[in-house]
Amino acid sequence: MFDVFIQKLYANFIQDDRYMYIVNGFFTTCKIALVAIVIGLLLGFVIAIIRSSYDMNKDHSKNGLGSILLSLANKICNLYLTIIRGTPVVVQLLIIYFVIFSTVNVNKTFAAICAFGFNSAAYVAEIVRGGIMSIDKGQLEAGRSLGFSYPLTMIFIILPQAIKNVLPALGNEFIVLIKETSVAGYIAIEDLTKGGDIIRSRTYSAFIPLITVACIYLIVVLVLSKLLNILERRLRAGER
Amino acid sequence: MNADNPLIKVTNLEKVFGKKGEISTHALDNVSIDINRGDVLVVVGPSGSGKSTFLRCLNLLEVPTGGSVIFEGQDITDPRNNINKLRMKMGMVFQQFNLFPHMTVLKNMTIGPVKLLKKSQQEAEKTAMELLERVGLADRAGSYPNQLSGGQKQRIAIVRALCMNPDVMLFDEPTSALDPEMVGEVLDVMKALAKQKMTMICVTHEMGFAREVASRVVFMENGRIIEDNSPKEFFENPTNPRLKEFLDKVL
Ligand SMILES: Nc1ncnc2c1ncn2[C@@H]1O[C@H](COP(=O)(O)OP(=O)(O)OP(=O)(O)O)[C@@H](O)[C@H]1O
Ligand SMILES: [Mg+2]
Repeated sequence: MFDVFIQKLYANFIQDDRYMYIVNGFFTTCKIALVAIVIGLLLGFVIAIIRSSYDMNKDHSKNGLGSILLSLANKICNLYLTIIRGTPVVVQLLIIYFVIFSTVNVNKTFAAICAFGFNSAAYVAEIVRGGIMSIDKGQLEAGRSLGFSYPLTMIFIILPQAIKNVLPALGNEFIVLIKETSVAGYIAIEDLTKGGDIIRSRTYSAFIPLITVACIYLIVVLVLSKLLNILERRLRAGER
Repeated sequence: MNADNPLIKVTNLEKVFGKKGEISTHALDNVSIDINRGDVLVVVGPSGSGKSTFLRCLNLLEVPTGGSVIFEGQDITDPRNNINKLRMKMGMVFQQFNLFPHMTVLKNMTIGPVKLLKKSQQEAEKTAMELLERVGLADRAGSYPNQLSGGQKQRIAIVRALCMNPDVMLFDEPTSALDPEMVGEVLDVMKALAKQKMTMICVTHEMGFAREVASRVVFMENGRIIEDNSPKEFFENPTNPRLKEFLDKVL
């Protein structure tokens, strides 16, 4: 019984250096997830700021060039959110790789990073916008009455409070994103999931490689939650 | 600038809430008033009479739909004038304090001078500590706002505005959100400020404060100023029947 298990371990990981599928897959998954998170954050914040600025300033509309541009940008953002949140991420991944990047010969990983980053941006945007809108209007007025411009009030007063409030939700979005990258195999990327699956197809034993893959995701998610918890506590320190 | 000019000249100020066609509120209706340096103007009137709207139009937190507000010779509604620069000279204190909860008291007070007036952190902190000393809260410099009582918060809000070294202070019911036992400490700070010849415009229901400290008292109703008088005349010889009715109710 124990011998059989050792044999299986050997066949799944050691023979032909099969463990490298897991190792390489892990790094590919990390690379895609990390860069996608950064893209999602940057783009998501931009969209959130445009959308909430539009909401907050629409009763003050002065019909200048600025407010026309803001209104246009807001429309574009709304369209973007509708499309991204209304379609499955796998379909987005396939479209980006096979349609948008079909003529230019790009790296598959790059296509996946774009797909997951643009997808995550939509969710980050709504989380951050919720955070911004939850801050009492008096904070904006207090900032403005001191003489801070609207952008400076955002930077020094509104966003620091909003980010603190949405950190748990953002952390959750990162966790979802990491797990979502497991569909990268649809465009034949050898990520962690695909790596485990390749071993399964070679050794005809499903249990060990797939459980190993699951455990690795679980550990990554647990470590990330722990780090986010620590960050959250740091940010809240002293304030009560 | 000519010292005889009013500090703030309000001419035919109008504010209509709501777009054309919709149900609209005429919150300010042809309000004209001159506010001179050193004036302590107290604005009273029934709820919904436009007091807050009037005050908020003075620093453009509310954009007037007509008329003009000239502050130190500049029309605040003119987009060519930098409203942020003008607001630095107009301190504002809100009913709900609106301290920044993610900053210590000291940071609340120094962020404006440091980021906007380009003072050094040290210099800004020195001014802030002097002001805190004056309102008896120097020991709370390192506290966060939610560690303070309402009265303390409002005193901090006042000195935060003072850190910008404004030429006028606007108060919108600064004591209305306070427990009764804390009203006095905030009014004392305002009285001390008036004594130092700060120009102040105060919306308040504290008639005692108006009587004692104001140089002028104004009565608003339905978006109009219908009485503007010295406190003595205002309270002892009210001419307007609506004002008489109002005073009977509140005194
Ligand atoms: N943002 C707004 N949108 C629509 N109507 C408003 C708005 N702000 C104020 N109003 C209306 O304008 C009128 C004047 O309001 P304002 O807040 O200036 O009164 P106030 O004298 O300060 O009253 P209170 O003593 O209750 O604070 C009211 O009828 C009010 O309903
Ligand atoms: Mg009011």
